[in-house]
Amino acid sequence: MLVSARPLLAHAHKGVTVKLSRRTTAVAAIAGAAAFALIATGCSSGGTTGATASNKPITLTLATFNNFGYNDALLAEYHTLHPNITVVQNKAATSDAAQTNLFTKLAAGSGLGDIEAVDGDWMPKVKQYASKFVDLASTDNKGRYSSWKTAGGTAGGKQIGLGTDIGPEAICYRSDLFAKAGLPTDPAAVAKLLTGDWNTYYSVGATFAAAKTGAAWFDSAGATFQGLSNQYQNFYEKNDGTVIAATNPDVKAAFESVLKASATESSHLSEWSTDWASGMANGAFATMLCPAWMLGVIQGDSPKVSDWKIANVFPNGGGNWGGSYLLVPTQGKHTAEAKALADWITAPAQQIKAFKVAGNFPSQVAAYTNPALTTATNPFFNDAPIGKIFIDRANAVTVTPFKGIKYGAINTAVQNGLTRVETGTQSVSDSWNQVVTDIKALG
Amino acid sequence: MTTSPLRGKERTPRRIAFNQKLGRWDIKFSPYLYISPFFVLFAIVGLFPLLYTGWVSLHAWDLIGGQGKFVGSANFLWVLQQQKFWIALRNTFSIFLLSSVPQIIFALLVAAVLDSNLRSKTFWRMGVLLPYIVMPVAVSLIFSNLYGDRYGLVNALLGHIGIPAIQWHSNAIASQFAIATMVNFRWTGYNALILLAGMQAIPRDYYEAATIDGAGIFRRFFSITIPQLRPTLIFVIITATIGGLQIFDEPRLFDQNGTGGANSQWLTLTIYLYNLGWGQLNFGRASAVAWLLFLVIVLIGLINLAITRRIASNEGRKQ
Repeated sequence: MLVSARPLLAHAHKGVTVKLSRRTTAVAAIAGAAAFALIATGCSSGGTTGATASNKPITLTLATFNNFGYNDALLAEYHTLHPNITVVQNKAATSDAAQTNLFTKLAAGSGLGDIEAVDGDWMPKVKQYASKFVDLASTDNKGRYSSWKTAGGTAGGKQIGLGTDIGPEAICYRSDLFAKAGLPTDPAAVAKLLTGDWNTYYSVGATFAAAKTGAAWFDSAGATFQGLSNQYQNFYEKNDGTVIAATNPDVKAAFESVLKASATESSHLSEWSTDWASGMANGAFATMLCPAWMLGVIQGDSPKVSDWKIANVFPNGGGNWGGSYLLVPTQGKHTAEAKALADWITAPAQQIKAFKVAGNFPSQVAAYTNPALTTATNPFFNDAPIGKIFIDRANAVTVTPFKGIKYGAINTAVQNGLTRVETGTQSVSDSWNQVVTDIKALG
Repeated sequence: MTTSPLRGKERTPRRIAFNQKLGRWDIKFSPYLYISPFFVLFAIVGLFPLLYTGWVSLHAWDLIGGQGKFVGSANFLWVLQQQKFWIALRNTFSIFLLSSVPQIIFALLVAAVLDSNLRSKTFWRMGVLLPYIVMPVAVSLIFSNLYGDRYGLVNALLGHIGIPAIQWHSNAIASQFAIATMVNFRWTGYNALILLAGMQAIPRDYYEAATIDGAGIFRRFFSITIPQLRPTLIFVIITATIGGLQIFDEPRLFDQNGTGGANSQWLTLTIYLYNLGWGQLNFGRASAVAWLLFLVIVLIGLINLAITRRIASNEGRKQ
C-alpha cells in the first residue's frame, strides 16, 4: 500500500560480513541469480494445479509488506471456514523490500509465497510477466472493483491481481499551526478554504508563509508533485508504453510550478527521510497530501502531536496515490487454494476489517455503502470521520493514470530532479535538463 | 634405486619403481589435493559465476525473462557512454580513498598502542573489534540518523560551536565523508587486530637492540615495525582495496531511496550495478558493470601491490 515506503532493511542481508569475500559474493550473487533465471525459463510451465481442492491439510503463505491489516484473527477466521488450510503471513518491512524479494524469487523460479502482495506502483513491472501468475477472475469477484482498479490488475487478458486497498487523497493539516497563522482551524472551514485547484493551495500557502510561523506550508516538492502527477491520464507514458515524460509539456509545467511554490512554501524535507519523519513530529510543515494509508504513517511518526486534522478536500478535485494487489504465482504448490484465499480476503467484508486495523482504504465498491466503513472515525485525527471523508475522496477521483513498465524508473528520475532543486544542488533549468538526460538513459 | 646394477635388465624394477613413483606422487601432489577443496569450491561459487557474468554481459538479458539475443559489446559500450557510470567510478574511488587511507593509518596506530605494554590486554583487543560485530545495517541506520541534514546530532553539535549545518545528503564530498566514517568505524578495529598479529610476530630482540642503540619510540616504529610488517600490510591494503571498491551497504542505506542520491552524490559502482540489474531488470548491462568493476579492482590491486612492495622494501633497506 505505501508507495515509496521507508528504508531498505531487507537489502541488508546482501551485506557481506567477511571482507575478503566481498568481490566473490557480489559477482556470485549476480551470476547466480542469472543462472537461476536460465533455469527458471526452462521450468516455468509447471505449477498450475487442477481446480479441484483436496481436503488434505495444507499451509498457505501470504506475503505482504508494511501493514495490510491482516491480523491473526482474520487469518484464524479463514482456518475456521476451511479447517484443512492454515494461513501463514510473511511480512516484508517495506514495499521496496517486497519488490526486490518478488523479482529475485520470480527469477529463481521458486521461493515465493502462495499469495504475493504487489504495490500498484510497481504492478506494471510485474504485469510484464503475466504468464507467471494465475488468472484470479471468478464470478465471485466480478464487478467488485471500479474499472480502473480492475484494469490495474489485468495483464495478458488475465486478472492476475485482486485489489486490496486504494489511496484516495485528502489534506492533513496541523490546526495549531493554522491557528498561529490566523487561518481557520475547523476541518469544514479548511476544506472550504482549500477548495479549488493547485494555485488555490499554493496561494493559501503564500498567506501561511507570510504569517512567519516558523513552519513551512507543505512537506516536500516531491510529495506534492506526486499528488499532482496522479491527476493526469498519460503523464509519463502513452497507453502503448511510449515514454513521453521528457517531451510532455504537462510534466515540465508541473515540475516548474511545484518548484516555484516549494521555493517559499516547502520544508524541503525529502519524503520518507529520517528528517522528514522528525519534521512531522517537530511541526516543520503545516499540511501534507494525505492518502488514506498516510494516516498510519503520520500517527507513527508524530505520536505525541494532537493537532493533526483531516480536511475533506483535494486540489483539483480528487487523486489516488498508491494501493495494492494480491497475486498468486504459478510456481506455488496450491494455486487453486491460494486463489480461493485471495478471493476471500479481498472481499469487501474482510477489507473493511483490515481498514479498521490499519487504515488501508478498501478498493471494493460494495464496501462504500457498508455502515462499518461509513461511520468509521479516527481518534488520533481528532475523531475525523475517516470513513465518510475517504469515500468522498474516492468518489472525487476521475482520472486513472496510466503507469507502464518504466513508470518507477522515470518517476525516480523526476523525483531526484525535484530533490536536487530543493536541496539547492542545482537550478530548476539545470535539474530539468538532467531529468531529460536521465530519462533518455532508461531506453 | 636400490636394485643391483649387475643384471638390471632381467629384473623387474618397474613394479618397485611404480610403488616409489606413487610415493613420490604422494609427496608431490598430496598437498595440492589437500588444499583442493578450497579451489574446487572457488571454481563453483567464484570462478563459474565470474565467467557466467561475462557470458550474461554479452547478451540482452532480463532479470526474469532471461537470456535474449547476443549483443556483443553493446552493453559495455552503453555503460561506458553513461555519465552516471563515470560519476559512480569517481565516487567509488573518492569513498575508497576517504575510507581506506585514514583507516589503515589509524589501524596501524591502534595496533602499535595495543602492542605496547597495556594492562588487561585482551579487554582492549576485544574492544577494538566491537564495531566489527555490529551489523552494517545497524551502523548505517545509526549513522544516517547522526548525519541528518536538519535534525541530525552531528549538525546539532556543529551548531553549538558555531559551524553552519553541513548538507550531508546534498553535498557530494560531505556525503562521501559521512559514508567513509561508517566504513572506518566498522573496519579500523578489524584491520588493527590483523596488524597487531603481524607486530607480535616481530622478534623482540630487534627492539631491544634498537633501544640500546638509542632509538626512540618513533624511530623504532618507522624503522622496525613498519618494514617488518610488510607482508601483513600488503594483505591489509589489498583486502581494504577490494572491499573499499565494492562498497555497497553503507551508501545504499545512507538515505531512504538507496539509489545513490538525487544528484548521484554517493552513487558507487555497486549501487549503479544494482540499479541496473534490480531496478531496471537489465541483467546484461548490470553484468557489464560487474565486469568493468572487476577489471578496475584487478588493475588497482596490481598497482597497489607494486607500490606497497616498493615502499616496504625501500624502508627495509634503510636499516
